[in-house]
Amino acid sequence: MIDRRTFVTALAATAAIVAAVPARASEEPIRIGEMNSYTRLPAFTLPYRNGWELALEEVNAAGGVLDRQIEVISKDDGGEPGTAVTMANDLLAREKVSLIFGTLLSNVGLALADFAKQKQIPFIAAEPLTDTIAWSQGNAYTFRLRPGTYVQAAMLAEEAAKLPAKRWAVVAPNYEYGKSAVEAFKTLLSAKRPDVEWVGEQWPALFKIDAGATVQALARTNPDAIYNVTFGADLIKFVREGKLRGLFEGRQVASILGGEPDWIDPLKDEAPEGWIVTGYPWYALETPEHVKFREAYQKRFNDYPRLGSVVGYAAMKTIAAAITKAGSTEPKAITAALRGLTLDSPLGRITYRAADQQSTMGTFVGRLTVKDGMPRMVDWRYGDGAQYLPSEAEAAKMRPAE
Amino acid sequence: MSFYAVQFLTGLASASSLFLVASGLSIIFGVSRVVNFAHGSFYMLGAYIAYSLTLRLGGGAFGFWGAIGLAAVAVGLIGVLMEMALLRRLYRSPELFQLVATFGVVLVVQDLALATWGPDDLLGPRAPGLSGAVSILGHRVPEYDLALIVIGPVVLVILWLLLNRTRWGILVRAATQDPEMAGALGINQKWLLTGVFFLGSLLAGLGGALQLPREPANLLMDMGIIAEAFVVVVIGGMGSIGGAFLAAVVIGELQAFGILIFPEITLVLLFLVMAVVLVIRPWGLLGKPEAIIPKAAARDVGRPFRPLKAAWRWAGLGLLGLLVALPATAGDYALQVASEVLIFTLFAASLHFLMGIGGMISFGHAAYLGFGAYGSALAVHHLGAPMEAALIAAPLLAGMGGLVFGWFCVRLSGVYLAMLTLAFAQIAWSGVFQWYDFTGGDNGLIGIWPAPWAAGAAGYYYLTLMLTVAALWVLKRAVFSPFGFALRAGRDSRLRAEALGIDVRRVQWLAFALSGAAAGLAGGLYAFLKGSVFPTVMAIPVSVDGLVMVLLGGVHTVLGPLIGAVAFTGLKIGIAAETHFWRILLGGLILATVLAFPKGIAGFLKDKLMRPER
Amino acid sequence: MSPLLAIHDLSKAFGGVEAVRSVSFEVAAGEAVALIGPNGAGKTTCFNLIGGQLRPDAGGIEFRGRDIAGWPPHKVWRLGIGRTFQVAAIFPSMTVQENVQMAMVSHTGRALNLLTPLAGLEAEKADALLERVGLAAQARRACGLLAYGDLKRLELALALANDPALLLMDEPMAGVARGERAELMALIGRVVAEEGVSVLFTEHDMDVVFGHASRIVVLHRGEVVADGAPEAVRADARVREVYLGAEAGQGGQPC
Repeated sequence: MIDRRTFVTALAATAAIVAAVPARASEEPIRIGEMNSYTRLPAFTLPYRNGWELALEEVNAAGGVLDRQIEVISKDDGGEPGTAVTMANDLLAREKVSLIFGTLLSNVGLALADFAKQKQIPFIAAEPLTDTIAWSQGNAYTFRLRPGTYVQAAMLAEEAAKLPAKRWAVVAPNYEYGKSAVEAFKTLLSAKRPDVEWVGEQWPALFKIDAGATVQALARTNPDAIYNVTFGADLIKFVREGKLRGLFEGRQVASILGGEPDWIDPLKDEAPEGWIVTGYPWYALETPEHVKFREAYQKRFNDYPRLGSVVGYAAMKTIAAAITKAGSTEPKAITAALRGLTLDSPLGRITYRAADQQSTMGTFVGRLTVKDGMPRMVDWRYGDGAQYLPSEAEAAKMRPAE
Repeated sequence: MSFYAVQFLTGLASASSLFLVASGLSIIFGVSRVVNFAHGSFYMLGAYIAYSLTLRLGGGAFGFWGAIGLAAVAVGLIGVLMEMALLRRLYRSPELFQLVATFGVVLVVQDLALATWGPDDLLGPRAPGLSGAVSILGHRVPEYDLALIVIGPVVLVILWLLLNRTRWGILVRAATQDPEMAGALGINQKWLLTGVFFLGSLLAGLGGALQLPREPANLLMDMGIIAEAFVVVVIGGMGSIGGAFLAAVVIGELQAFGILIFPEITLVLLFLVMAVVLVIRPWGLLGKPEAIIPKAAARDVGRPFRPLKAAWRWAGLGLLGLLVALPATAGDYALQVASEVLIFTLFAASLHFLMGIGGMISFGHAAYLGFGAYGSALAVHHLGAPMEAALIAAPLLAGMGGLVFGWFCVRLSGVYLAMLTLAFAQIAWSGVFQWYDFTGGDNGLIGIWPAPWAAGAAGYYYLTLMLTVAALWVLKRAVFSPFGFALRAGRDSRLRAEALGIDVRRVQWLAFALSGAAAGLAGGLYAFLKGSVFPTVMAIPVSVDGLVMVLLGGVHTVLGPLIGAVAFTGLKIGIAAETHFWRILLGGLILATVLAFPKGIAGFLKDKLMRPER
Repeated sequence: MSPLLAIHDLSKAFGGVEAVRSVSFEVAAGEAVALIGPNGAGKTTCFNLIGGQLRPDAGGIEFRGRDIAGWPPHKVWRLGIGRTFQVAAIFPSMTVQENVQMAMVSHTGRALNLLTPLAGLEAEKADALLERVGLAAQARRACGLLAYGDLKRLELALALANDPALLLMDEPMAGVARGERAELMALIGRVVAEEGVSVLFTEHDMDVVFGHASRIVVLHRGEVVADGAPEAVRADARVREVYLGAEAGQGGQPC
């Protein structure tokens, strides 16, 4: 089975990375700390790990940076902010890393962001979606790579505004990500379409959706369209029940992250066709930088990349670029280098904006369909983060004074 | 109108799944008194095994239903394996000790499932012949929901017949009512228990397997279901299968209709209902009230505490000396870990004060850790309080939490009391989780760093050491004071204690406050150690960690919880820092430990090192 | 002079069953009153009503002129009513001495004291009391290791720890080997006489009842059927009919 092989490979790779001291490096390797919810949310984080491992191998094979190899010390935060801080202490005090990157869960990301500020060490929040990490609770040491909730919602809202639908209902997991994804979407869509009416809301507890009851409750409000924020097992349950009960018939659905293979692929041929989603069409993105990445990834892991893989890959490339630019492994120098850093990612050129330290990595928006038994995005386009983020001046205003 | 009827059917379908899992748990608990955390893991395994079997057996009706049945039986056998290899060796251990072993199983199963089935959610096939929906009153209802609505009561009837019309069932019921009596009647308890675990685990597996058409097999299923299953068992009444069914229906329907009025209530509804039921009808909907007049003496309360011999006192002082000298040799990380271990030692000791001394099991002790952590964080965040003041706020808020929760809890006893503590902890957790403006919700409160003089690892370590040792000294002093003895008196024999002028309820109530305050101080220290506070600090896993520490160390000793906390926290941090596969290692170590020390680590030391009393 | 304990029209029902029906009797200072009756007569229920373990449905319980009906056990005890149970109730996780110390500390109202170690409180007084019940040699032992007869002695010591005016003893001989009974009963008699305590007790052993009671109250199906001196009760035709007849019919099984 592929999965068992992945597991063994991952195990071996981790062991190799943690243990191996590159033979040819005359100097000590540059030590980088990494952390994610590997045990809590492996479906998203293991492909992410593959991504940064691939980039790490490429960087080291090309001679490393500053003529030194990069060594990554990887930790599992178990999905707990408290554990994350313990691990970060370990990385900083015992492993003497120059930088920390990773995290997926928003609260873990925020805990580490504050830790980074306190310890004055650069932290690249690779995957957290919460925008507080860049704006209302942003700090000088924290950089966020992935496009946040606001950008994703903005791209969806733009498409949603083109629909005739007036009556909208929302369903979202009951926690900060769900709340802010709904709030952003509502604000942006209402701004574009003042005639839109919000007729119903459902807030199932994260990963505990009572799908049948939720679908019924949504149908009862008789919306023209539905905005979905659920993901993971919740999304799968919601889609199955919704299809069975005819919730989606004659209704438009906009679903944030719904096109990311990490979350939608388990549905296989049952993926809901016609949904407007943000996501990652790895199968159809034929830009040279992406093709190169995809081929390398497939060759290395015998598996296709997920969005997490792209983020992990780009995070490691960011680190290499930042250290090269800084010409030093001093945390202060790296932090300074990261501000305004521009580099090429598999999704194109991205910049870490100096004002809010948010990267301009964008995402794809399109319609979901099923091809060869797997979910696929069609009619998609790439939205550059720079187009959808608030201007740097506006973003800077949202951040606390330093 | 038709909408409500259909919503009712939807609630019934959810109730059926919940009932299957809960009935298994109820049967196991009723006979063995084992609080089986692994029940959720069995549910998850049921789904995964059924998924794999459907791939092998093909998609026809035979393949599908065959896979469901085989998966249930396979999980039943896994339950038998756990009972025979593990729990059977632990029945003579102190009460609840088996809980630690089942927790070890949970950890091991999590990593094994990840290794076997991979990280992705696995969506199984729909049930052949039941894959569509039928129109009822103009609404579409999935056929499979209707099947579940039938399966639930059918299983209920089969269980009823099994328990009331077979000799085996009558023995099971006898053992449920009075395990000791059943033993005295010469019932072969060994095989009775094995049989019960087979049946209970089979039901969990069946519940999981039947979810396959509704929910992908995924790695979060185990933790998702276990708390709910316990709630259903408690609301229905321990050991009552009919009660479990009724409770499942109540929960299923409240969920289905609750979200129409309060869409955000799902987070807490379950625990609100349980708290209300426990306060109004402590023995559950269909359970039998416990005897009005308590028994003369508790079954298992341990032996008198003996003061440590001089040599041990010196050893203790020596250890303290080493702890004081630690910053001279240890690096920052080691000091931070040491601080965390000290904090959890205090947390465990506070839990032990309730559990070990007071005989009141708390399944929700993380609430007080959380109250303390939030007490500090809120004082800093909203009032701009300095660290010193915030650290005073922590035990105060947590102590008040103990007073409020304790007031209700001391009106109950045993497992019902334990479940009410869990309900309150979950209610507090969801309050903190949803009150964004005040607590920051699940994004927590950040920027809670120590005052400059304690900002360094060594400075904060000394602060933690000082406060922890002081609090432990107060707790120890309390254990050996009249108050501590009065608390033990109420635990040993409530009847006698009350007939000696001790207001047991008041003593227990104050114990809640004292224990809460001690845990709260630990929480305050934790907040400043981490620099931030999140609702996870008061979530169920932290409560479970506390239980494991106390039980692993030895509930009937004063030093046990300290040893348990050091061993568990140290191991958890140490292993997790080294490998992503920490769960299987930690779980394996826990299993090895419980098998080697079936009376807890300190219980073992007490037996081996101290002269047995004549 | 008003009696020490006066029960009047006391009633208690469980579900539909009336365990105690309009029971009235008195215990005067210095008396040893036996409450007897066949199984299910309501003796233990009476005790639990007086001791506060149960709340009466109706009726009054006056102790030294105060109505204590419905008071919780710990308050009843504070007024000076000691109690032993059918199955000896002690604190098994403590030593014998600690049991008695606990009782004495509670008597002096220091049970909520958090800071003084119990070890130094009332230790000598506890030892003195243990001496009197013949347990001095066992003082440091864990209660769990005591023989049952010794547990009964310990319970007696606990019941006496607050210098009670009235002692309620529910079947003091239950579970005690026949050979030990005489000695234990002699001890109880001696201590009771020394302390000047009044006693209300139940017992199935008729030798004990008629040997030690100054008065006997007979209960049958929750009602008082006789109340008087031992000779009078022994001679009472109704008692012979309902009690001794019933007893004989049940084979005289205690409990």
